Order: sequence, then C-alpha cells, then structure tokens
Amino acid sequence: MQTQTILAELFPNELEYQIDNWVIRGSAETKAGKVEIIGTVDSAAINQAIAITLADAVLDVIAQGKKTPIVFIVDTQGQDSSRADELLCLNRTFAHLAACVDLLRRSEHPNLAIILGEAVSGGFLSYGLMANQIFALQSSQVKVMDLNAMSRVTKIPLDKLQSLSKTSAIFAPGVENFYKMGAVDEIWVNLDEHLVENAIESQRTHIQDFLTDNRRQVAKERDGRLLCNEIVDAVLSA
Amino acid sequence: MNLINYTFKSEPFDVTTKDVICGVVGSGNLEILVSELDDSEQSKFIINTSVSGFDHIWEAVIQEFVNRYAVGGLQFEINDMGATPAVVSLRLSQAINILEGEAHE
Amino acid sequence: MNNSNNKDSRQAHAHIQKSFYEKTARNRIASIVDKDSFVEILKPGSVPTSPNLASLDITGSFDDGVIIGKAKIKDDAVYIIAQEGRFMGGAVGEMHGAKIVGMLLKALEEKPKAVVFFVDSGGVRLHEANAGLITISEIMRAMLKVRNAGIPIVTVIGGTNGAFGGMGICSCLSTHIIMTEEGRLALSGPEVIETLKGVEEFDSKDRALVWRVTGGKTRYLLGHVQVLVEDDIDEITQAIVDGIQLPIDTVDLDYLQQQQKGLQQQYDQWFGEKDSIAIWEGMGITEPESISMLSAKQVRAIKQG
Repeated sequence: MQTQTILAELFPNELEYQIDNWVIRGSAETKAGKVEIIGTVDSAAINQAIAITLADAVLDVIAQGKKTPIVFIVDTQGQDSSRADELLCLNRTFAHLAACVDLLRRSEHPNLAIILGEAVSGGFLSYGLMANQIFALQSSQVKVMDLNAMSRVTKIPLDKLQSLSKTSAIFAPGVENFYKMGAVDEIWVNLDEHLVENAIESQRTHIQDFLTDNRRQVAKERDGRLLCNEIVDAVLSA
Repeated sequence: MNLINYTFKSEPFDVTTKDVICGVVGSGNLEILVSELDDSEQSKFIINTSVSGFDHIWEAVIQEFVNRYAVGGLQFEINDMGATPAVVSLRLSQAINILEGEAHE
Repeated sequence: MNNSNNKDSRQAHAHIQKSFYEKTARNRIASIVDKDSFVEILKPGSVPTSPNLASLDITGSFDDGVIIGKAKIKDDAVYIIAQEGRFMGGAVGEMHGAKIVGMLLKALEEKPKAVVFFVDSGGVRLHEANAGLITISEIMRAMLKVRNAGIPIVTVIGGTNGAFGGMGICSCLSTHIIMTEEGRLALSGPEVIETLKGVEEFDSKDRALVWRVTGGKTRYLLGHVQVLVEDDIDEITQAIVDGIQLPIDTVDLDYLQQQQKGLQQQYDQWFGEKDSIAIWEGMGITEPESISMLSAKQVRAIKQG
C-alpha cells in the first residue's frame, strides 16, 4: 500500500504534508483536534540531516506550547551507513532526537508512532521506539536484522535460526514478534479515521501513566519476554 | 552444548569461605563460581560447556585438581567456552588462590 | 643492555597493571571504587544463565555480561554498571539489559550521588535481537528519567569494544562521558559500513583511520565527549570523581534547543568531511597529523588553549 493512500485513509480531514529528503512533515484535523505529522517515508536511511530535521520539528511543536498531539510516521531501513555521518557522531544526534521525543511525553503532548513500511534497528530506536504508543500496519516489516545476515554474523546456521524462530519471538524479524515483545501496542489491519483520534483521546484520559515505561510488563503478558520483569524486580528489591 | 556433573571425594577445604567468581566466558576461556557445599568431604562440579565430546578430559583435569587441592565442601559451577585443559586447570587453581587470599584477610 | 630491557618490561608491566582496557569488568570496578566498597546486586548464582542463549547452544555467563551494584568512590555513594566486553562482545540481551534498566529505576528511588557506567559493547545482542533492541529503548527512557531526577550519569568508554550501536546512542544520553584514546564511540561499526558500502567508504582495516573517525581523541576534540584521559586507572578514577561533582541540566526545552543549535552548527560547518584531520586543521590545530602521537594531556592542552 502506498504511503499516500495510507495517509489518506488515516487522515481524511484536512490532511496536508510535504515530503522532502525522506522526511514527511504535515498536519491533519481529527475529532481530537489538530495533529502534527512528523516522520520518515520510503524506507529512509536515517542520517544526520534527517535526524536533525526530525528533532527540529519536534522542538518547534513543543515550543508552541499547545500540547498538540504528534503522530510519528515510521518507514526506515535503519541508520545510514556513511563515514561522514559517523565522523560527526550520528549516535549522538540519534540520542538527541530520542530526548526530544521523550520531552513530548513529559510535556503532556499525546504522541504515537505508526509503522507504515519498515522499522529497523537504530532508525527505529532514534524516534519511533520513544513514542508513548507504537502502532504498526500488518504489512509492516519490523526487525533488527534479517536472518541471513544474522546467520553470517553470529555463525549460527540459518536453519537453526529459522526453526527456533517458529517458537521464539526473541530475535527474528516480524511485526508479530515485536507485538509480543511489548514494543508494538497494536497491529492495525483495517485503516480508518478513528484509529488515530481514538488513540489520542485515550492517551489524554491518562496522559501521566505514559511517564512509566510499561513495555516489559506487556511483554510478559504476551509471553514475549519471560525474564526481564523478574530481573528488574529483583534489582529493585535488592 | 553439554552439561556435565561430577562429584569427587576430597579433603575438606579448611577455611571459612566466601563465594568466589573468577574468569570470563570468552572464546577459549571459562568462568568459575565457587560456593559452599554441605558435605565437607565431597566436591561438586557442574560444567556447562559449549563443546561436546570431551567429558573424559574434563574428568581427568578435575580428578587431578581434587587430588592436588583439598576442596571438600566446595561446589564449582563452570561456564566454559572451549578452554584448553591447561586454561581450565589454571582457572581452578586461581579460584583456590583467591579463596585462600580472601580467607587470610 | 640488560638493565634497559628490565626497565622496559617493568614499565610495560606497570602499564598493564594500570590499564583500564586490559581489565575484566570486575577488575575495573575493583580498581576504581573505594576498597571493599562494592556490593554486587544479583551476584553470580542468584539468577540462572540466559535460557535464550541456551536455546542457541551458547554457554551463558552468570552475570549475562554486565555487573551491577553499589559502591563508594572517594566516599561518594554511587551505582555501578560495568559491561564485560569479553562476553558476547558486551552486547545487550534480555537479562543483561534488564539489569541495567533495574539499576537505573532503582537510582530513581534511592538517589545515589551518581550512576557510573562502564560501557564496553557492540550494541544489541543479535542472538536476542528483538529483546535487545527494545531493552535498549527502555534503557534510553530510564536514563532520561534519572537525569531529570538530578542524578548524573558518568560514562567511561575505554574498553575493547568501545560503544557502538544502541550502546553508542545510550552513551550519548549520559551527562558526562570520559574516553581514553583506546575507546571508540560511534553508531555503525567500520566493518559494517565497509560491507555495505565498500572499502572506499570505510577501510575498516585502516586502524589509524578508524580511530580518527570514532576514537577518543576525535570525539574529545569535536566536543562529542567531555573528557579525554590516558588509559590509566588513576586518571580515570579522578575524572569520574570530577564528573560526579558537576551540576547537571534538566533535559527541558531550553536545553534541547541549545543542543539542536549546536548540532546544526557542527553539521553546517563540517558535514561532508570524512576524516577528522581536515576538521582539526579547520579548527586551527597547527599539526593535525601529529594528534595521533600526542598524549591525552597534550590533546587537552590543544583543546583548552
């Protein structure tokens, strides 16, 4: 499904946006009021320019002081592979972008990420994974690394990885796996204009709750991550 | 991967002990966690190793170790990632040295 | 002749004794904190080794590659998080990451003077890729909470793996980063970039280049980290002590807008350069090729002078 079509289905009212250098910036009207749209499209390889632009957009919205909700569009193949970007410390720019998204939460802006295409590794970490909630299309591809590459790097035979991934959500690509891991809140199958506005209105009724990262509890309920809760609890009570 | 369990007779280790951890689970290396065992005349070895088929070598190395040192009343839990017998012996001795060193403090 | 050989070997031995790089995580802790002050949390044996690794026939480690606990450094009560770089490249798996998250959340409750983090990691542990990625996100959120509670996070990067991937991102969420020349800090490893984009883009075998792009000296000179010290336990300890005392900023709009300006400025001024030599030259450093030969002290003098 094309980005254009998806956005039109999610935001049928007064949708306007621009795409420049793999960055999407726009807005739409919803039952929950105006929402700002910020994100990446077309499997963006996130580099310095893109990360700086995204952070700038987030800070602008916060500076307006209206607690406008932000919808993050996520379609990234991960971080760019570039010596020039690394020289200027790309990980630091990613950390900054993540901190900007986190400030939304503390400033009581409802915010959510929608994975339309790919959500990979560092690119996903830099902003999508920081949002209050993360939704994904059923067709989206969420992963750290595909199994072929993983097999080459870890030297574990591909067939072993493939067979283990049938029963474990711990390492293999797949939006369902990330759902089980507690990273994806819901997988959206049929798109309509109510999904975003309902999420925003729901967030507003208990916005303070989002200050607590509850993903590991969700992962436990979904049998995705079985150990981390006990470990965290054991550390807290030590 | 292989899990091996041994219990050997050994002279009692004659000092009050604390838990000891030594070594690192890196390639060709191993870590050893020593703790107390109720029976002071036995020594227990629980070996978690990435390499299979060398049980007899483990047995020989450990037999030599429990003959050389009085380690009754101690349990040794080992996580091994392909260490040679020489490295295993070294680490086991190192664990004893640390225990004795701490006991003297 | 014999005398100078003995002296050389004694000096080499002394250097190794004082080296942070050469030590295991446990030894790094022991050599930095006040004597006998370290109390480990989740000591070896208290939790099972990782079943995730066991399903892949990989031997786990009792601490899953990270040691956490409380200690004192020059009498200040701190939390310690020290990654063991020799176990699975210091990479973050489910249990490893949960230990870090747990310590950060605990810091919010008990408010130590600082959290001290010895990062030595390639990032996400591929064997537990999804859990690793999400846990790193949880670490990022927790670090921001700790900072906003007024607790400094002082990070030391000087181990064999440096700080890459998700741990490269986390490191930059610290309030204060101390690097040695041996340390490296970046996002993608040079080998990965070479594999994806070719040797022209990044010759990962060119060690000098790797360090000019990701190493401690360049990170320090470009302002990506706050402190550069020798690979020396005493210098590192002092740098940690100094770092703990510094006041920290709340991560609010003003702070982030300032950071934004700084990033934009550096991007506008230098983006496109592929080697730090050109940037150092542009910064007015007279003999940029000699930077690699200078001591940490000399490099600090250049930056401050």
